Amino acid sequence: MFESLLSAFALIFSGPHFLYLLLGVTMGIFIGILPGLGGIVGFSILLPFIYGMDPVSALAMLIGLIAVIPTSDTFTSVLMGIPGSSASQATVLDGFQLAKQGQAARALSAAFASSLLGGLFGAIVLTLIVVIAKPIILFFGSSELFMLGILGISMVGVLSGDSFVKGFLACGIGLLLGTVGSSPATGEWRMTLGSYYLFDGLKVVTIGLAAFAVPEICDLLRKNTTIATKDEPLGQGWLQGLKDVIREKWIVLRCAGIGTLIGILPGLGGSVVDWIAYGHVVQTSKDKSKFGKGDIRGVIAPESANNAKEGGGLVPTILFGIPGSGSMAVFLGGLTLLGIEPGPALIEEDLQFTYVMVWSLAIANVLGAGICFAISGKVAKIAKIPYGILAPFMIMIICFAAFQVTRSIFDLYTLVILGAFCTLMKTYNWPRPALLIGFVLSDTLETFLYQAVQIYEWSFLLRTSVLVIFGITILSVYMGMRTKLEKPATVQVGISHLLKFNLETFFLGIIFIYFIVSLYDSYQLNFLGGVFPLGISAIMFVTMTYTLFFNKKWLSKAINSNYSSVDTKDLFLAFSWIVGLIVLVSFFGFVIGLVIFFISLIKTKTDSSWSKILTLTFTAIFFMLILSHYMTLDFPSGLLQYLVKLPWPFN
Amino acid sequence: MRILILTNKGKIMFKKFLAMIAALMMSMSSSFAVDFSGKTVEWLIPFSAGGGSDKWARYYAPMLSKALPGNPVVVVKNCPGGSGTVCSNQFAQMKNGDGFTILGDSGSSKFPFLLDDKRVKYNPTKWPTVLASATGGVVYVSTSKGYASAKDFKKLQGKKLKYGSQGATSLDLIALLGFDMLGLQVDPVFGYKGRGPARVAFERGEMTIDYQTSSAYLKVKSTLVKEGKAAPMFSWGALDAKTGNITRDPTFPELPSFPEYYQQVHGKKPGGVAWNVWKTFFASGFGGQKMVYLPEGTSAEIVKIYGDAFDKVHASEEFKKTSNKFLGSYAAAAGPDAQAAAKAAFTIDPKSKEWIKGHLTKKYQVKF
Repeated sequence: MFESLLSAFALIFSGPHFLYLLLGVTMGIFIGILPGLGGIVGFSILLPFIYGMDPVSALAMLIGLIAVIPTSDTFTSVLMGIPGSSASQATVLDGFQLAKQGQAARALSAAFASSLLGGLFGAIVLTLIVVIAKPIILFFGSSELFMLGILGISMVGVLSGDSFVKGFLACGIGLLLGTVGSSPATGEWRMTLGSYYLFDGLKVVTIGLAAFAVPEICDLLRKNTTIATKDEPLGQGWLQGLKDVIREKWIVLRCAGIGTLIGILPGLGGSVVDWIAYGHVVQTSKDKSKFGKGDIRGVIAPESANNAKEGGGLVPTILFGIPGSGSMAVFLGGLTLLGIEPGPALIEEDLQFTYVMVWSLAIANVLGAGICFAISGKVAKIAKIPYGILAPFMIMIICFAAFQVTRSIFDLYTLVILGAFCTLMKTYNWPRPALLIGFVLSDTLETFLYQAVQIYEWSFLLRTSVLVIFGITILSVYMGMRTKLEKPATVQVGISHLLKFNLETFFLGIIFIYFIVSLYDSYQLNFLGGVFPLGISAIMFVTMTYTLFFNKKWLSKAINSNYSSVDTKDLFLAFSWIVGLIVLVSFFGFVIGLVIFFISLIKTKTDSSWSKILTLTFTAIFFMLILSHYMTLDFPSGLLQYLVKLPWPFN
Repeated sequence: MRILILTNKGKIMFKKFLAMIAALMMSMSSSFAVDFSGKTVEWLIPFSAGGGSDKWARYYAPMLSKALPGNPVVVVKNCPGGSGTVCSNQFAQMKNGDGFTILGDSGSSKFPFLLDDKRVKYNPTKWPTVLASATGGVVYVSTSKGYASAKDFKKLQGKKLKYGSQGATSLDLIALLGFDMLGLQVDPVFGYKGRGPARVAFERGEMTIDYQTSSAYLKVKSTLVKEGKAAPMFSWGALDAKTGNITRDPTFPELPSFPEYYQQVHGKKPGGVAWNVWKTFFASGFGGQKMVYLPEGTSAEIVKIYGDAFDKVHASEEFKKTSNKFLGSYAAAAGPDAQAAAKAAFTIDPKSKEWIKGHLTKKYQVKF
């Protein structure tokens, strides 16, 4: 084992292999910074070049790419409040708050350092575990994975902030959104409203951008300042961040362990890992008061977990040929193109390939953290740009990212609709993380519950392994509740509040109607196809009815009526900019739509000269064209393109 | 406004320009052989990157480039969505193909057409087929039920078997219908995301019957079968495109094919409407699982060029050396043979179609 470990190390540094690793790392950093684009897009870009390449170079390049995405995606999460990829959604909560307080440097250095440590932890586990992992994977069947899903859902409790009832309902909305599309048991279509677009279900990238990017952009557009309100956007604290990581070394270790374990288990999916780590650190901390308001531990936990996940994710991929996440599925395709057959034989006969992956992972993590430290001074200047100039760029990028989900104009409509809903959630203090956790775990819970019942009937709940995980769930919920202070409700509202029409009543009404529609829709399905959404929507409907009509204490927690009508108007104006771009795009296509959008937004929000406006506009267009050309990605086309044939780039 | 007027003007000029080019091309193609040099051929794959069809196309692409006249660049473009129907619908809109766009598919995008899925707005029988790649699969069963070889079949009768499935209308339709025809009592557990996770469930002892495609079965053979935990029953077989018969799988000559096994069990050859249905779905799911099409109305000349190019690929040293590893030892048919395979894969009489729909509704509550 040690021999092949050493020879694999020497191999990476021989010939051109290291250069390919560097190429992969560079691309990974770039893709990580761009919001919404993650490992799947990165691998898809590299796949065409893989066929016929030297396997060692190709592995180094692929692993280099995937290893650093969770390192560099922190930039976007911390500096802009937009998740750089679905693995760092939780980092936004505290990281962005720190950036607003002028502590971006501290947050970034803590994040990079924990990413590095987490990544190395994952690589070490991968080294040791590939030899003995088979029983671990075989141990986790559908019943155990279902119970782990419940453990994940239990995190909603601590992520709900001041009102548990809001968190519970938000989680229910997420669970129901996750059931849209075909049912795992019967293949029936659920809540598709007759639209073929919804047949494939909603995607986590769309939900992530809608939940975090859109509300943040609206908020900043409304205020129209810079992201960091202090003069020095990064602030001091590079060293402080490193010290934080050293002080919280046990958090790093625990969360890296959680990340690796979730990565190893196929079926849970990579996009929950940051939330579970975040939930874990909130649960186990004595002082929870600062979480969500800029607690450095809220950055360290998800960042050490999401890098560790990649090492874990490689275990089932190379051992069983079963991908643990979407990006690993594409990686698996890459392995086949290289002529490498994943499976036990790969470990027994070609251990060297496995250790090439281990070293690539470790070296890429070091390189990635180093490069991120080096470029952070330049990247951080973003936080100092006036928002009127930054906003069009950000809106452009999130629209482009959302469009890559299925390359249909409906991706953009979905983004706007869900974005509007999540903006209202943010306005009225509804916890968006709860919605996201529900969404991500919905399919896991339903599929594994259904399978477990089919295989063992309900007695699966009494299996020892299931009971052990259930015990851990109870323990973690207990620890989360231990120090939770019941805050007295600040506003006393009665049922009469609901009879006055305002935006908040409207918002609550939408949620209520959604539960009713979902209840009605799932009632019409076969028992097996509809029982999961039926159960969830029934519970949510009852909870909501009770909250609104019977329990004044809960009602006052569910609503937060001190939002003035002036703010509401501003919010509408800010949001209409995003709607404006989508409308322009649906008529004129992406490029022409962008030109009009850029000019009008910058003109309205700043007093820039025409030459500056035009320079910015054409720089942005140029950037998009380069990006789409080299990544072979498409632009949305509009009505104009449908009616007449236009030359590049307007087509 | 100004920008719009300009583009309008530009548009008219551009249209004139296009018309000129088109006229020029027409006159050239009638007198000269088609030459793709300097051009790009887009190979649409209606599934995600890294999937089975994607790997297959990426394996072929560089060799196809070498075999086409003028060696155009061949790029594989993934356009997933709606089980392959979204992209196939777009491809159906293309008329009078110029040979620069081709479509690959897979069994799972043929089934929606055969079952009249409402999302399907294409008719693959209208597309000239230039390549048809076959694959195969082996069914194996857990030895915990006392099964070791075909003579133990009686021990399986009356016992409940569990099968991890992706869904009743997925490729598993062939397996589930096959089990029914043999008289096995198989309860499918749906919701598995692929054959891989179902295999792990089999290894855990949660499933008791399973099938894997050829390359994956080789792994099962070297582990589970060797350890005595699983015993192979039969292979689905291989389709002889010329006669329409199903023969033994060349990769597993030691195993009986499904119709052979049926005869062993029931003492007579398979027949009737169920067998007709099974044959059609087998032909589109395994016998001609992956095909390459040109758009409707493509000239016979271009169709022939593609057929010849794939023949050339199959005759090349590179293909002979590597295809076993990537595709298994199955016949890959090009040109007229591919067209014949397509005919077998898409021919289903209305009676059989009604029967299978009724069967799926009755047994698995599938709504059509």
